[in-house]
Amino acid sequence: MPSLSIHAGGLQLNNPILLAAGILGTTGASLCRAARAGAGGVVTKSVGSLPREGHPGPTIVHVDGGLLNAMGLPNPSYKDFQDEIDTARAGKVPVIASIFGSSAEEFAKIARGLKADAFELNLSCPHAENYGSELGRYPDLVESVTGAVKAAADVPVWVKLTPNTADIIELGLAAQRGGADAIVAINTLKAMAIDIETGYPILGNCFGGLSGPAIKPVAVRCVYELASRLEIPVIGVGGVSTWEDVVEMIMAGASAVQVGTALLRGYGVFEEITVGLSRYLERKSLTLEELCGLAGRRRS
Amino acid sequence: MRPINCIIEEVRSEAPLIRTFRLDRNLDPAPGQYVMVWIRGVDEIPMSFSGPDTITVQSVGEASAALFGLGAGSSVGLRGPLGSGFILRGKRILLIGGGVGTAPLAFLGEQAKAAGIEVASLLGFRCKEDLIFQERFEALGDTIITTDDGSLGIHGRAAAGLDELNLFDYDQIYLCGPEMMMWDIISRTQEHAKKTQACINRYFKCAAGICGSCCLDPEGVRVCVEGPVLMADRLLESEFGRYRRGPTGGKGPCRG
Repeated sequence: MPSLSIHAGGLQLNNPILLAAGILGTTGASLCRAARAGAGGVVTKSVGSLPREGHPGPTIVHVDGGLLNAMGLPNPSYKDFQDEIDTARAGKVPVIASIFGSSAEEFAKIARGLKADAFELNLSCPHAENYGSELGRYPDLVESVTGAVKAAADVPVWVKLTPNTADIIELGLAAQRGGADAIVAINTLKAMAIDIETGYPILGNCFGGLSGPAIKPVAVRCVYELASRLEIPVIGVGGVSTWEDVVEMIMAGASAVQVGTALLRGYGVFEEITVGLSRYLERKSLTLEELCGLAGRRRS
Repeated sequence: MRPINCIIEEVRSEAPLIRTFRLDRNLDPAPGQYVMVWIRGVDEIPMSFSGPDTITVQSVGEASAALFGLGAGSSVGLRGPLGSGFILRGKRILLIGGGVGTAPLAFLGEQAKAAGIEVASLLGFRCKEDLIFQERFEALGDTIITTDDGSLGIHGRAAAGLDELNLFDYDQIYLCGPEMMMWDIISRTQEHAKKTQACINRYFKCAAGICGSCCLDPEGVRVCVEGPVLMADRLLESEFGRYRRGPTGGKGPCRG
C-alpha cells in the first residue's frame, strides 16, 4: 500500500485525513475515539477565554445536501480544557486546539494558556457575535491575530478562513504575512432556514453555517485559489464525505483534508476514506505529493 | 429532516410538575427513544415517549416551563424519534423507574405485556403526590412503590425495594430515572449489569451524533445516537454516576 504519511503545516501526520473543528471535539474521549478510528489528526471544539453555553436550540437543521448549524461556540473556557487535550493525546495523533477570541490579545492569552500540538485560529465561525468571521473577514485583523498567536505559541499556527467574503485570497495572504504555518479553508457558509408552518427561523440563533456536500464545490474553488497564490500549505475542509472528495480536494491543492459533517455516518468514515485513498493512489501509481495541486498544473 | 409540525391534542396533569402531552400523530417510537421538541422562539429539548403518541414532561427549566404554557391546539416542531430504544428480551422482565423516568417504562411494559411477557415493576418517587402512572403499572403486574418520605409504599429510595425482589427471576431489567437513583441501583446489582438496560440522560445539543456534547467518558459514547439506552455494564466503568457535562462542555456533579 502507498504511504499516506505526510508533513503538513508543521505536523507529521500518519495520514492526511483530520477530524474538523466543532465535530465530536468537546471531550478528550471522543477526540481519542476519532484518532483510534483512523484520523491522522484531530482538531478540538473551539475554546475561548470564558465559559459559554452556546445558542438556544434548535442548533442544527438538516437541509438538502447538508446541515445548518448554530452551536454558538459553547465551551468551558481554555482554563478548563487542558485535561481534554491531554486525554485526546492518548489517541497518539496530533491534537490541534481550535481557539477563538475577539482580539489579538485574547487569542494570544489563550494560546499561552494551552498546550497542544498546534493551534487552529477560528477566524471564521459565521454565527457568534464579536467572534469568528466578524474578525476574520478583515485582512488586517487576520494578520494581527495570526502574528500575536505566532509570537505567543511555540507550535504551528493554522488559520481557518471564512468563505463569507468577496476575496478569500486576500485573507489567506494576510494570514501568511502574519506568519501562519498553514491555512485551513473553509468554514461554513452563512445561511438560514425558515419553518414554513409558522414563519419562525428554525435555528435558535436565526443564522447558522451551512456544511456538508452542498458546500464542497465552494471549498474546492477556495482551496484551488489559495493554493495557487500562497507559499504556505492549505488544509482543505468543506463537504468532504468520501475518498473521491478527498482526491478532488488534494488535486485542488490541499496538503491535508478535514472531515466534519460526514461524521453523521459515524466514526467509520476515517477508515473508509483512508482505504479508498490508498487504493486510488496504488491504482494510479501516484504519491500524495504528486496528487497535490494537480488541477493547477493541468491548467498551466 | 426539518422539524415536523405537530399539534398538541390534549394536555393531562399527572403530578404537580408533570404533564403528559398527546400529539396529533403516532411517530412510531420504540420505548426509550426520544424526540427533540422545538418550542418555537424558546429552545429545543429532548423528551422521552410515554406512549406511541405521548410525551411526559417534568417542568425543570425555561423550555419545559414554556411547553407547560402550551395547551391543546398549540403546535410544536418535532425531530424524531431518535436514538436507540429498549430492546425486549426474555419471558419475565423487571422495570425499575424513578420519578418521571417511569414514563418510558410504562410504555415499554405495555408493549411487553402485549407480547406475552411477564412484567413486574419497582417504582420510586419523592412523595405520594409525585406518583404517576400507578394504574398503568398495576395493570401490567406486581408493582412495588417506594417514596423518599414514606408517604406511600416502602420508605426510602427505589433501591430500598430491591430486598423484595429476587433479580435472578428476571431475564432482563429495564431502568430509567434520576442519575443517582439509577447509579444506586446499578452499583448494588452489578452481577446483573449484563442484563440491565438503562435509559440515561446527557446534555444533547445536535441530537445527531456530531457535536460531541453528550459523549460519555472514557469511551466517548455518543449518547444521543448510541443511547440513550445503554447496557449497565458499560455504565459501570464510565463517568455515569460520578460527573456529567453541562451546556459549556465542562464537568459538573450528577443530579438526583
